[in-house]
Amino acid sequence: MKGPTMYSFDPTEEQQMLIDAMKKYAINDLRVAAHEAEESLVLPKKLVGKGWELGLLQASIPGRYGGFGERSAITGALAVEELAFGDLAGTLAVMTPSLFATPILLAGSEEQKEEYLPKVIENEWSPYTSALIEYTFDFDPTDLRTTVKLQNNEYVLNGEKAFVPFAKDAKSILVYANLEGRTQAFIVQKDSAGLTISAEREKLMSLNALPLYRVTLNSVKVPAANRLGGASGHDFAPVLASMRVATAAAAVGVANAAFEYSKNYAKEREAFGVKIAQKQAIAFMLAEMRTEIEASRLLTWEAAWKLDQGKEDAFTEAYLASTGAADMAMMVTDRAVQILGGHGYIREHPVEMWMRNGRGFAMFTGLAIV
Amino acid sequence: MPIEFESPKPIVQTQFVLKTVAEEMMRPKSRYFDEHEHEIPWDYMEFMHTASKALGAGSLTPKNEGGNGHEGAEQKEKRPPIGYQVLASQIEMLSWGDAGMYLITPGGGLGAAAVQAAGTPEQRAKFLARFAGEKPTVAAMCMTEAGAGSDTSAIRARAVLDEKTNEWVINGEKIFVTSGDKAFTNYEKLGKGFIVVWASIDPSAGRAGMRAFVVESGTPGVQVSKLEHKLGIRVSDTASISLVDARVPFENILGSPTVEKSTTGFKGAMATFDATRPLVAASGIGVARAALEFLKEKLAENGVQIRYGLPRQKLTSIERDVIDMEIMLKSAWLMTIKAVWMADNKKPNALESSMSKVKAGDVGTKITQKVVEILGPLGYSREFLAEKWFRDAKITDIYEGTGQINRLVVARQILGYSGSELR
Repeated sequence: MKGPTMYSFDPTEEQQMLIDAMKKYAINDLRVAAHEAEESLVLPKKLVGKGWELGLLQASIPGRYGGFGERSAITGALAVEELAFGDLAGTLAVMTPSLFATPILLAGSEEQKEEYLPKVIENEWSPYTSALIEYTFDFDPTDLRTTVKLQNNEYVLNGEKAFVPFAKDAKSILVYANLEGRTQAFIVQKDSAGLTISAEREKLMSLNALPLYRVTLNSVKVPAANRLGGASGHDFAPVLASMRVATAAAAVGVANAAFEYSKNYAKEREAFGVKIAQKQAIAFMLAEMRTEIEASRLLTWEAAWKLDQGKEDAFTEAYLASTGAADMAMMVTDRAVQILGGHGYIREHPVEMWMRNGRGFAMFTGLAIV
Repeated sequence: MPIEFESPKPIVQTQFVLKTVAEEMMRPKSRYFDEHEHEIPWDYMEFMHTASKALGAGSLTPKNEGGNGHEGAEQKEKRPPIGYQVLASQIEMLSWGDAGMYLITPGGGLGAAAVQAAGTPEQRAKFLARFAGEKPTVAAMCMTEAGAGSDTSAIRARAVLDEKTNEWVINGEKIFVTSGDKAFTNYEKLGKGFIVVWASIDPSAGRAGMRAFVVESGTPGVQVSKLEHKLGIRVSDTASISLVDARVPFENILGSPTVEKSTTGFKGAMATFDATRPLVAASGIGVARAALEFLKEKLAENGVQIRYGLPRQKLTSIERDVIDMEIMLKSAWLMTIKAVWMADNKKPNALESSMSKVKAGDVGTKITQKVVEILGPLGYSREFLAEKWFRDAKITDIYEGTGQINRLVVARQILGYSGSELR
């Protein structure tokens, strides 16, 4: 789908409608529930269900697999930014089934698409998920420690996966493993022998509301047909790039939430007879936050657009976008806390949670995909 | 229109052409003119003048009235205007060649931009036609004074109407006039240029009394009193201009000759800057790209690969630096393109314009500084151009509003504050 040769920064009318719907849900539902969810470790099912009904994933899957649209990374990036403006944990929960479905859509065989895509999207939100991240300091999605070997026409997986959303309730998990140096994904059924889900949820610095589990694979056998893409497998690069674009877009959304909140606070809070926003020390921080958010947003858009256009440097650009967005989100959320001062440190205000989110984007690749 | 990032054809074409100009005419002379401050690269100026005439463009000002200037009339209506986008792309590429030489590209620069932004159609016709004349021609903007930098409301220069002769009589001392010498002094190889002088017609009215006047080259009473010696962009002259009872015709005033209680005159000046800030950003980005490309070339020559895609923890310090610089450079360029795209499409862009300048000012200085650091003695030596780019790039964060002034503009925009609410 080759577009016209021009620059343009206006979403289409259709995208704008989607953005508006996402924004409404993000502000009226996700944001409202965020604090309680983070403190109580529970995301209401109704809340996630309502987000699912907005149909972001469904609209990215063609009619022949039960959906009603075509996938577009740029549309996905626009939507994710809006959602994450509401709340990150809620966003990742709503989008968890995409972790399973989108790689199948991008890289699966025809049989896999026909078998799994309708199952995921034709029903209510259900916990189809994926397992990419591993619990090592130098985790590298292109050099996994979880291994896989072909034995007697079956794949045998060994290793440990971390931060797997909704693993406990999942029916199927897309597990990424190292096959002779290549990262390949395998559709693993939850009841497979040798697959263990941790009893306890992972405890992280943030995302308390999102149920994340450790998954252990001890010689788990998977039929050859369950290798993503079929016998010859798939190219992991476009899948990874789509994860990175989603992570970058979410980082922009969280940063923008922190920026808006601290900006509004600074316009209310008085010190020495003026609003603190009238002090250059604060105003300049806000100006730089806004500038860096714009920088990351545009780089994310361009990466997403390049993915959609099939540009050869799309994967590198997605890497740059997510790397830059992770730094940006840390900077912006840190400053938001700083602008609120002591109040920023108190959990009644959301900025401290966004700051904890902010550090996470450097390691969240694999928790979202568009 | 959907979100698109495909460079329009006219931009691709102009970049292709100007890359050759940069490589053949600018880079080989960069060092010479850096070390021979105030010498004039006539070859470059004459070539650029001839070339832009051949392309049907008289000056480096946007051609939005007629599509992009390269197409037939029947195509005019179909395409959205891209004049500023083309201009920003040209400036980026010329600055990649040499940021100082870009500044002396004939065509009017800021002086013409002021006429374009604040002049009547008659004034535009009268003052801008010369840039398509026989010889390369230069115009300049005189705003800054010793006591008035970013705070342009502190301008002391005065213009008084002599009702007998119907002339404005201007007195004042202007400094930091980019290309002021080439615009005002009658060089044999140059066409007749002009300077645009900002002065008050009513000091009691503050900003509301500020007006711009077109002062023709050679006007009696006007003198280039000094040429500055600078850190970088040395091939571009930076002049002091003194005006003592300088007389200009009544019709050379840009904007209304009477003072109302509004600050429209001053806003005329600021409108010029809204339009030109992303162009300064583009220039800084060009220098930064030159430096980063040179670094990557040297690294490759020395067998240092940049392993894109690895997690941060696995990268070397140099790899992290290069990757960070690429992120900065790409995003700064996108912000610049967005700002000029808004200008082309008549969307108010004061925020985006200033943000692009804030970002490019940071990016230009940070990248060139880091490149010199990583290259070590190779970077610091005058054998290569990295140290020159380091010196050249710094101006991006200073002229047409320092990074701090632009932060102030951005802050006022996002907070909805006036100048008195956020000083």
